[in-house]
Amino acid sequence: MEHTQSSEIIEPVHHDSSTKKIWRTFWILLGITIAEVGLAFLHLETGFPNRMFLNGIFVILTFFKAFYIVAEFMHLGHEIKNLVMTILMPLLLFIWFIVAFLYEGHSWKNMRKDLAPGTKVEAPKAPAAEGHEKHY
Amino acid sequence: MDTAVTAKKKWWAGGYSPFNVNYGKLMMWYFLLSDAFTFGALLISYGTIRFSSPSWPDPNEVFKSFPGMGHANLPLMFVSLMTFILIMSSVTMVLAVHAGHHRDKKAVAKWLTWTIIGGIAFLSCQAWEWTHLYHEGAWWGRNPFANVDGTVASTNFTNFFFTITGFHGLHVTSGVVLNIVILINVLKGTYEDRGHYEMVEKVGLYWHFVDLVWVFVFTCFYLL
Repeated sequence: MEHTQSSEIIEPVHHDSSTKKIWRTFWILLGITIAEVGLAFLHLETGFPNRMFLNGIFVILTFFKAFYIVAEFMHLGHEIKNLVMTILMPLLLFIWFIVAFLYEGHSWKNMRKDLAPGTKVEAPKAPAAEGHEKHY
Repeated sequence: MDTAVTAKKKWWAGGYSPFNVNYGKLMMWYFLLSDAFTFGALLISYGTIRFSSPSWPDPNEVFKSFPGMGHANLPLMFVSLMTFILIMSSVTMVLAVHAGHHRDKKAVAKWLTWTIIGGIAFLSCQAWEWTHLYHEGAWWGRNPFANVDGTVASTNFTNFFFTITGFHGLHVTSGVVLNIVILINVLKGTYEDRGHYEMVEKVGLYWHFVDLVWVFVFTCFYLL
């Protein structure tokens, strides 16, 4: 019982305008999604923002949306720092997670390409090694 | 919950929650954190496989149908509608939480009902999309869609698509069930007797998380 009242006492200003804020967040999320779809169509029609650039924008916009959902809808932006940190700090692992695994995937692609059966291999050292072997 | 929060409050001195939330809500946050890693692992493994593939099917070619529009080429339209439905249901959920702060039982019940309707609408859309793709020949282990460069695609694409959207759909389903449970409790007056509607907030956190995951699924499968 104490809890629900207390949040109002801590943030008296926030509560009055919060339905307004909810709708503002909604329009931001909707706006970003429409922008994403619009950009995708622009690319389909004209090919204008090139694929890499477009993907970069999509990822950035996705993080904007994630920020608004977590900060406003999930109210994390209005919690105290201790709670924010205990949630966000572990997520830093994702930086390693994403970088390491995508790098790994990229490396596999290169290996498949370069080491596929039938691929010409530059082999300047191969005969030397063969000759060397006869000594044993 | 202490009401007098001063700048110098010693949060770790004991006597109150150092996170300024009660146990249930904190544990919901930690559960969502662990779930974020589960979804993260799925999406990153998808990214790894995609990065390791020389070519990949074009989402605009695969997801271009809309119910009742026959063979019209409408990429992104249906999934945008699904996204809109889910964002909208997130909004009605916040409004339910907001009404709970004011202990407005009728408003909580109304907004929760809308949230449930939104959730069911989303699941129906997903059911249609899955059925449609199934009839096009896509399923786990089967992929009728060619790569962008015209080569035959592996089944990685469909396997990841059905696994990840399926796992997300499962979360939406359990979210709808949880919403129905708390709606029944609201109508029974359980939270009114308890004196607060914090359970609505906890389930609300879960519901928003489902929306959050969809934002990433949407980007990873339909946009990139």
